[in-house]
Amino acid sequence: MFLATALAILVTLALALTRAFLGPTIHDRILAVNVVGTKTVLMIAVVGFITGRPEFIDIAIVYALLNYIGIIAVLRVFEDASLAAEPTNGGEEESP
Amino acid sequence: MIDIVLLTFLVVVGVAIVRVRNLLAVTMLTGIYSLLVAILFVLLDAVDVALTEAAVGAGLLVILMLATIALTTRKEKVHAARQNAVAFVVVSVTGAALIYATLDMPPFGDPEAPAHVHLSPRFTQDSPEEIGIPNMVTSVLASYRGIDTLGEAVVIFAAAVGVLLVLGTGTVRRRRRSEDDGEEAREQP
Repeated sequence: MFLATALAILVTLALALTRAFLGPTIHDRILAVNVVGTKTVLMIAVVGFITGRPEFIDIAIVYALLNYIGIIAVLRVFEDASLAAEPTNGGEEESP
Repeated sequence: MIDIVLLTFLVVVGVAIVRVRNLLAVTMLTGIYSLLVAILFVLLDAVDVALTEAAVGAGLLVILMLATIALTTRKEKVHAARQNAVAFVVVSVTGAALIYATLDMPPFGDPEAPAHVHLSPRFTQDSPEEIGIPNMVTSVLASYRGIDTLGEAVVIFAAAVGVLLVLGTGTVRRRRRSEDDGEEAREQP
């Protein structure tokens, strides 16, 4: 039962990875990172049950929080820095 | 079995990181790599290391790399690859030597390994009385290896200060430039 779940998670991991490799736009790849993070959370929880230590759920929850904050931070940086920097590309010589 | 699949994923992601030329995509792949490594660490029972890996590798590192890309350029410059036979031989020999060295290591989880014969009992049995901290990892890090940990903290602090000094903040730089302009303007008349 748990093994089947772990297998399913691995398959979805593989799908997310192919999206990350192929992904034409950067948004596909950010989404792929997010999906991989979610699969990490699920994987840790399932592994905890497979090895008979359900305490791993706590760690999985911490991972979920980290994942959420991380993606928000990445999106903020992406929005502020790289997208905003694009129109001012001609002004590169400004930097000392 | 999960290990093998995850290690295969790691190899695939690593090759992709080397091959892909779009640096934003490479940054995202690095984040994925860190998350996969974190799963492997959890499978190896190193939960604290896994948490650090996920927070630093998938969170902080990705943000630092995105900031760097924002300051520089998005595309990797392709240099004509020169075949360097000497470098290839050196890398192969070093890799073979490292793999040969791992043959001397005790197998994973071996109770007869030297670390489990005298080090682990010493710390697990004596550290609660000697130090009085219930968590033994903490007592080793903060007390037995306290000076080492202090050194690490100093190194990380110095690195952080250095990075902040190099990067600076846009506001400070802009303010300084406008001050310079103001001085020049004042000197001219």
